[in-house]
Amino acid sequence: MPLPRRYLRSPMAWITAVMLASLLALALAAPLLWGAAADRPNPSAVLQGPSTAHPFGTDNLGRDVLARVLTATRPSLLLALAATLLGATGGILLGAATAVVGRRARRLLAGLINLLLAFPALLVAMFLAVVFGAGTAGAVLALAVAGIPGFARLAQTLAAAVAGTDHLAAARVLGLRRHRLLWRHVLPNIAEPLLLATTTAAGTALVALAGLSFLGLGVQPPAYDWGQLLNQGLDRIFADPLPALAPGLAVLYAALTFQLLGEVLAGRVARRTPAPRTPAPPPAPSERAEDGLVLQVEDLSVELPTPEGVIRPVCGVDLSLRPGEIVGLVGESGSGKSLTALAIADLLPEQARITRRTLRLLGADLATMTPRQRDRDLATGLAMVFQNPASALNPSLRISTQLTEAVRAHRGMSRTEALTQASDALRQVALPPTVLRARPHQLSGGQRQRVMIAAGLMMRPGLIIADEPTTALDVTVQRQITQLLSGIRRDSGAAILFISHDIALVGEFCDRVLVMYAGTIVESLPADRLATGARHPYTHALVASVPDLGADRDRPLPTVPGAPPDPLAPAPGCPFEPRCPRRRDRCAEQAPPLGDLDAEQRVACWNPVPVEVLAS
Amino acid sequence: MTALQVRDLTVRHHGPHGPVTAVDGVSLEIPPGTTLGLVGESGSGKSSLAHALVGLTPVHGGRVLLDGREVRVRTVGDRRRLGRLVQIVLQDPDSALDPRMTVRQTLVEAATVFHRLDRPARAARVTGLLELVGLDPGLADRLPRQLSGGQRQRVAVARALAVGPELLIADEITSALDVSVQAAVLNTIRDLQRRLGLSMLFIGHNLPAVCHVSDTVAVMRDGRIVETAPTEALLRSPRHPYTRALLDSVPRLPPGRS
Repeated sequence: MPLPRRYLRSPMAWITAVMLASLLALALAAPLLWGAAADRPNPSAVLQGPSTAHPFGTDNLGRDVLARVLTATRPSLLLALAATLLGATGGILLGAATAVVGRRARRLLAGLINLLLAFPALLVAMFLAVVFGAGTAGAVLALAVAGIPGFARLAQTLAAAVAGTDHLAAARVLGLRRHRLLWRHVLPNIAEPLLLATTTAAGTALVALAGLSFLGLGVQPPAYDWGQLLNQGLDRIFADPLPALAPGLAVLYAALTFQLLGEVLAGRVARRTPAPRTPAPPPAPSERAEDGLVLQVEDLSVELPTPEGVIRPVCGVDLSLRPGEIVGLVGESGSGKSLTALAIADLLPEQARITRRTLRLLGADLATMTPRQRDRDLATGLAMVFQNPASALNPSLRISTQLTEAVRAHRGMSRTEALTQASDALRQVALPPTVLRARPHQLSGGQRQRVMIAAGLMMRPGLIIADEPTTALDVTVQRQITQLLSGIRRDSGAAILFISHDIALVGEFCDRVLVMYAGTIVESLPADRLATGARHPYTHALVASVPDLGADRDRPLPTVPGAPPDPLAPAPGCPFEPRCPRRRDRCAEQAPPLGDLDAEQRVACWNPVPVEVLAS
Repeated sequence: MTALQVRDLTVRHHGPHGPVTAVDGVSLEIPPGTTLGLVGESGSGKSSLAHALVGLTPVHGGRVLLDGREVRVRTVGDRRRLGRLVQIVLQDPDSALDPRMTVRQTLVEAATVFHRLDRPARAARVTGLLELVGLDPGLADRLPRQLSGGQRQRVAVARALAVGPELLIADEITSALDVSVQAAVLNTIRDLQRRLGLSMLFIGHNLPAVCHVSDTVAVMRDGRIVETAPTEALLRSPRHPYTRALLDSVPRLPPGRS
């Protein structure tokens, strides 16, 4: 795997690399270079303070403390790594096994892990070190066992996420044996975070092992590690601090290295910096307002920086809505239909760059307003209804609070006034006023979506943007919601922009339909022309691919071969050209503009489907 | 050929307020070589039923018979015996395939569960399976994230077919796909029925999609089957009011003015 270029720019990565390299070099070379000096007793230089010959002094046998600290790098690191690896292996196997064993065994294992976690790791380590007997092997084993519960819990949590996936269920049904499920399907998918945890744990194990040796439970003389040296130096720390300080500093340095390494690696996993963006040009005032339009959007484009590069998911969209009109915006996933709505409502993430020639809501130019004024105009003129009613409502607040918040903030309405209006709004969406006292979890999906619509109605908006409002709902509930929206349009005269991937639903329920493909609007037509009068080849194919209850089941459904264009590599010409059955040479070179066919229909195509073909 | 019979099947889940009966005494039958469509809305218990049939969820009552023999899933051995006969494709195209395995590795793993295959035979099998589900064999060395949702779902179907099952359960396999992609997957299913003579249980909430691939349709609500009828009969003259409500809720394009 090539290193991301970001590493080269990150000073922390550099520092960590240097520290790690120095530790490795010491562990490899120190015993060869200074091993002899570290073990050579010198009766004439016992317990000396720092001098040029012995920068950190000598110990009670006259051995050089610095040489001993440097030489101890290898055993200290090796023992810490051994303890970590043993503990990690045991813990990870134990935790990951919960994803592949039967239900009873899983419950037993989970209980065992919970039980083990109840004991503090360091206490367990000390207790076990005493039980196993003081000595290197005992200390390493004790630390390994003490580390098992933590790793087991982490692996268990990570493995539970894999256990819930469809591919693991499919692998079970295939009849794969448990060890294969574990090795092939569970462990590779949780390896990355576990590796990070192991790195960080190595630092902790190093400190803990030094602690055990310091207490006399770990490495026994004549062998020595940093903890041992610390112990020996501590006796005279007040007379001579340096012999005790040197091993202490070594422990600190190594532990810090492991922690930093964990941080740097985790940063690679968690942070993916997006590509830098160019600053937005100052907004120009919108073009002249057309009379009587609720929403007037001309030439709207959105640029989004992604880790792979800047993409343009919306390019040059025009749309306008008159009062009381329901317009459907239809397109498949990734066509840019939701981003168009979010751009209008100023809800895109900060990195997104929006350009437009005109953006007017109820005649007011949103581009030239101050952000505060714009928020206010959007809050009072526009209501948004989102796809997932479960996450669009705040789960901890009562419905009454969520319905009245906006009017009280923007219109300065009193609590009682607002509550009266809220029960009115609920009545409009056919919910009883008792719902006001409920919390979101007490309502069904359909009821929550009605509450969302009621919240939108509170401000008496001129425009309602409904972004896939029925996709998460059942068909019978979907029908109720679309009828409700039609009723609201009739009663309040609000315009509705209805965004959906379901062309049949849009065709049935809207007055006018805009078809979006790869960020552009390819056709605009009255809904009743969809079935027989669609002129763009994409619209035509989309309509044909809807399974019909009365269709001949022995004929294959018409499909659109190929896939939508890669947003990272936009080609000149019509975006539908590679998949189009009616393409001409010109299509690949020049993108067709959205041109008028007649008063009601516009199409962006050089070679639209002729009407005769459609009639036959 | 395998016939599936389900008698009085009951499945319960542990809910926050005690056990919830997800499948409540369901009986159904799939004669050899036919497809039963199962429609119902979210929470009607259709996925619990599918999971119970392949042993992913424990059964609390009733019997499942394959070719007249009772199916039990207690041990890994039981599961392997069942897996030879019955395979399932699940809903989510994002997690349908192991993200770290190429299409080839996924298919080879499935194809070698019950059969030993040498290297050339493996390559031929992968090519054959991909062609069977209408995919370009050149996709074999891609990772799942390099495939579209519809392609991933078709690879999942190919993986299920790799063991040569006699009954395929498709649990909402087109629900997360766009319409034009859904059409391609439905065509693949129709094609497989014709070419392999598979028995199928096709589960979905989209009535037109389910009807398009099914010989018989069962309508499920609140854990029970409220109506079962041959597809044409169900569309022509639905008897249960809930079936009628479902049919009426299907959005239809308005007929053109011309």
